[in-house]
Amino acid sequence: MAAFTLKINGQNHSVDVDPDTPLLWAIRDGAGLMGTKYGCGVAQCGACTVYLDGQTVRSCALPVSAVGKSEVITIEGLDSKEGKAVQTAWVALDVPQCGYCQSGQIMSAAALLGINPQPTDRDIDLAMNGNICRCATYVRIRAAIHGAAKSLEG
Amino acid sequence: MSAPKRTLLALVAGSIATSLLAFAEPHFRSVADAASEPMTNPQALKPVSEFGNIKDQNDRAVALFQEAGRVIQSPRCMNCHPATERPTQTDKMLPHQPLVIRGEGGVGAAGGLVCSTCHRETNFDAAGVPGNPKWSLAPSEMAWQEKSLGQICVQIKDKQRNGGKDIAELVKHMAEDELVGWGWNPGAGRMPAPGTQKQFGELIKAWADAGAACPKS
Repeated sequence: MAAFTLKINGQNHSVDVDPDTPLLWAIRDGAGLMGTKYGCGVAQCGACTVYLDGQTVRSCALPVSAVGKSEVITIEGLDSKEGKAVQTAWVALDVPQCGYCQSGQIMSAAALLGINPQPTDRDIDLAMNGNICRCATYVRIRAAIHGAAKSLEG
Repeated sequence: MSAPKRTLLALVAGSIATSLLAFAEPHFRSVADAASEPMTNPQALKPVSEFGNIKDQNDRAVALFQEAGRVIQSPRCMNCHPATERPTQTDKMLPHQPLVIRGEGGVGAAGGLVCSTCHRETNFDAAGVPGNPKWSLAPSEMAWQEKSLGQICVQIKDKQRNGGKDIAELVKHMAEDELVGWGWNPGAGRMPAPGTQKQFGELIKAWADAGAACPKS
């Protein structure tokens, strides 16, 4: 075990875990932030997506020892204009079904809009295909991303 | 059904389940262990000295490159030199899951899934995800999949298709580049390339010194 101080959503959190512990568990069990989900544990489903210094990462595939002083943003701390637009569009279109994957979906969608404000369907597919939804809400997800992009225009 | 009968039935069912698990568990464990333990490639590379008896210089160069080609054509190298924009993965060279593309600079689609979303500085065996600081796809002009070893040989000597490297730089790249070296340190559950990077580099250098002739196919 080793002590780590993680900056998550602007606050420092001290966790005492094995250095190989995935960041996901430091976020959930250490910092008590339960919005980030465990799905597959092997970087295949995207449910655990968070930002590390602004870039999407799969927190199940990142050892806590590799985080260092980088800033972690989870769904609880997503307050960018893209993040807000995505969440508004999600509600407007009633995107989630069971909802389990949705925090990861929203993190990826907001990151996409931060880089590409007007994504095509292909751009959305390339950004989002690593976020699996077992309820198959993909059509609504795509529509909501287009809706969020439109709401951010002008 | 009376309570004693229900208890008896439960005990019998429990015993059967326990027996089945005891029978099946070693198999499950071996599958899981294989994915979580480092692998050793039983195939060695022939040392350069074994090619000294080939008198014809071109023939020797070809033989040396064919031996080095066992590394070049291993899945550890080929997976990230795809013929299409999508890499492959595993020893079976299956399409990469999830779908990712080369993108600009070989690091994935901007705004999409870039390599570093999952692949970080080092292998992370707990999640089965490989990593390296230089993790990226080879450019399309350096595609190796769907090409013969002879075609790959011609390609890697071509400065238009090898990143502008002369032969000396090519030898150094093969012998010392850390992403090339990942091929022998691929993390748990992946078969390393044959031999060692040092032996591979020696073969490539000997091939270059012998004139860098290429196999016909």
